[in-house]
Amino acid sequence: MNSTVFFVVVALVIVAFLFNLVRSRRLREKYVALWMLTAIAIIALALFPHLLGKLAQLVGIQVPSNLLFALAIFLLLGLSIQLSLEISRCEDKTRVLAENVAILNLQIRELQSGNPQSISPLPQDQAASEERSEHHEIDGTQTQES
Amino acid sequence: MPKTLMIMPAWNEEEAIGNTIIEARKALPEIDLLVVNDGSTDQTASVAEQAGARVLNLPFNLGVGGAMRAGYTYAARFGYDQAIQLDADGQHDPRNVPKVLAGLEHANISIGSRFAGSGDYTVRGPRKWAMLVLSGIVSHLAKTQLTDITSGFRAADRIAIAQYVKHYPSEYLGDTIDSLVVAIRSGLTVTQTPVEMRPRQGGTPSHNPALAALYLVRSMFALLVALTRRPVRRDEERDQA
Repeated sequence: MNSTVFFVVVALVIVAFLFNLVRSRRLREKYVALWMLTAIAIIALALFPHLLGKLAQLVGIQVPSNLLFALAIFLLLGLSIQLSLEISRCEDKTRVLAENVAILNLQIRELQSGNPQSISPLPQDQAASEERSEHHEIDGTQTQES
Repeated sequence: MPKTLMIMPAWNEEEAIGNTIIEARKALPEIDLLVVNDGSTDQTASVAEQAGARVLNLPFNLGVGGAMRAGYTYAARFGYDQAIQLDADGQHDPRNVPKVLAGLEHANISIGSRFAGSGDYTVRGPRKWAMLVLSGIVSHLAKTQLTDITSGFRAADRIAIAQYVKHYPSEYLGDTIDSLVVAIRSGLTVTQTPVEMRPRQGGTPSHNPALAALYLVRSMFALLVALTRRPVRRDEERDQA
């Protein structure tokens, strides 16, 4: 019984901590979902410990705690993949920004020096727009969620 | 004369770049020169400006692929008809630039090749095998004989510039194998021109067999990734579809 109380308290503290992070805008909602699910699962298992045994029986695992470990590993794997994906996307975005900052800086300096190479029309490169439209779908769904 | 841009990616090249720029400007005064300073921590940018180049300063290091895409983005934005990339260390002889650019008359991409009979550039061991296998596969794909697909001496026409702006990865070998393979698979044509390479000014190519083996593995992986990527669709094709 003591352990039940302990794990419920731990889970509640985690939920409160995560909620505060989201509330104070330090953590985006899309990253919090998996952790919230984990906390809910911990609460459920703490309140109804026999659930784990039944579940283990269902998938054919002899020792119930092994199921728990396996689930924990999958969860962490999923999370780290998600973070790697996000970092890759951020790097792509900073790359586009860095290119544009460099070009704009050069343009400003040339304009200031009074001999602009040629005043360009609006940017013709499709790269930025292409990339934007490709990412837009993903971003769109994400913003809807949050 | 089509509007042409020479793109020179540079990362901590303060020793060599000054001479390279002066030589290039002397050999080809009518071609615009853009140095892409890839977040150098030395005096590359000011040396290049003093030598008379226009310098694009990236705020941090992006890698060769990143620097080159910035250069091609510049070329696309300012309406250049052709762009050619040159190494800042003086390996590529600017006098070969018109020769490589001439290849664009019948192809979208023209590669200045080190192994096509001109000059005496040689590599040995695993690195050579890797290059042979790579160029074999890419030649088959391009339906033309390409002997040096990792050459950084490449010219692009308008279509290829637009292609590079859309796909020029900053990953390892993304600036050579990946961008080239995806360009071919997107329907662009490639040709090669023999050029002689000069020794680098400073720094020696490594002959460590372990590094060469690693190069083989990484280049094969880069090729595999490039071969399975989705080709870039161009606007004309999109209109037809």
